[in-house]
Amino acid sequence: MSETPKIGRTREEMAQRVAQDIADGSYVNLGIGIPELVARFVPEGRELVYHTENGLLGMGPSPAEEDADPELINAGKRHVTANPGASYFHQADSFAMIRGGHLDLCVLGALQVAKNGDLANWSTGGKDAIPAVGGAMDLVAGVKSIYVITTHTTKTGEPKLVDACTYPLTGLGVVTRVYTDLAVIDVTPDGFRLVELSPGVDFEYVARRTGAPLLPALEGAHA
Amino acid sequence: MIDKRTASAHEALADVRDGDTIMVGGFGEAGSPIELLHALIDQGAKDLTVVSNNCGSGEVGLAALLKAERVSKVICSFPRTANSTIFPELYRAGKIELELVPQGTLAERIRAGGAGVPAFYTPSAVGTPLAEGKETRDFDGRTYILEHGLTADFTLIKARAADTHGNVLYNKTARNFSPVMAMAGRATVVQAQSVVDAGALDPETVVTPAIFVDRVVHVAEPAHESELIAAGVAYP
Repeated sequence: MSETPKIGRTREEMAQRVAQDIADGSYVNLGIGIPELVARFVPEGRELVYHTENGLLGMGPSPAEEDADPELINAGKRHVTANPGASYFHQADSFAMIRGGHLDLCVLGALQVAKNGDLANWSTGGKDAIPAVGGAMDLVAGVKSIYVITTHTTKTGEPKLVDACTYPLTGLGVVTRVYTDLAVIDVTPDGFRLVELSPGVDFEYVARRTGAPLLPALEGAHA
Repeated sequence: MIDKRTASAHEALADVRDGDTIMVGGFGEAGSPIELLHALIDQGAKDLTVVSNNCGSGEVGLAALLKAERVSKVICSFPRTANSTIFPELYRAGKIELELVPQGTLAERIRAGGAGVPAFYTPSAVGTPLAEGKETRDFDGRTYILEHGLTADFTLIKARAADTHGNVLYNKTARNFSPVMAMAGRATVVQAQSVVDAGALDPETVVTPAIFVDRVVHVAEPAHESELIAAGVAYP
């Protein structure tokens, strides 16, 4: 498949699109990378509480460089702040929040998402790769909803939404919805179903770049 | 009179033996007990198993202990980090064994070990390569894997404050693994920025109760990994 031309949503627009779907008052964990951008686009009037699995609930934005504290960081090891109402806790409590189903939503990046919701996002399985997993397997096992935010295809044009993952799995049947540059797609018992096309993108264009059948949006569907 | 203060980091670690398992607190540089790690390098014990979320950065702290080839195995969730070159080199050269554990499973294995629970079932990693060879059991229609508790000969942690009995407070996200690791160490050694008399800490705010702590070392101005790296420090 040829390289995907520059149409569809930018990284920021993808993050903004996800932010629209997060309910006021949600407890949310944002993965490293594009998911982190979601926090910038929360609509006016909604208050979300961000969890970072290294031990902070109520994470705020990055501070000015001169205010950075090496002991106040997020899971991506970036300097952050603590919002009013925040709390610190140890790792066993942090993952009790995750595994115990107390968080409403987690937004993660992906290498591959399968039509049954299987997720691969921690390793390409390369022989020379240094394996590292962090908290991804716990997050997908325990958080109520798992949204994936990713480009629709790889840099070389391979689909990331696939029939079955070929990379090592992070979790089985865990993804509920995928936000890409081209579309918003639900993972349903029948497979991938379109929710919404990005502006200027048509159904055929998305279907051709999806590695499994793409069902059309339901009549009157709203994201 | 209970007084767990120890004169120096070196004295606190004098009895570490070859082959010991060492838990090391910290997530990235937050909470990494750099001064205790440097004292452990000086002490010389080898063939250690290290339990820690990461494997350190640059050539200071935990990365320096690895570089000195004192560690034969790490039990870890995320061994590579920005500025981490030592672990990847040792791993590719086949000089260090890695047991990769999901972060939440790592925390719970340590908590269980410290709490006298030998094993537990968890949903994390079911169906993934990290579940291969592990016992499974279904509860209410869902599959879980059996994971075993972890304990250690020594636990090394960094604190904001400790009292002479060994009650401990932490600083922000530097708390991370330290409270559960304190529970799981046969000998838990705390380096604390301030050390106060018993009674000076409000019992309502104590995070790690003193029973989990054996030795307290006063390190008034602890180094941060990133600052040492920026200054070009390589230990020793």
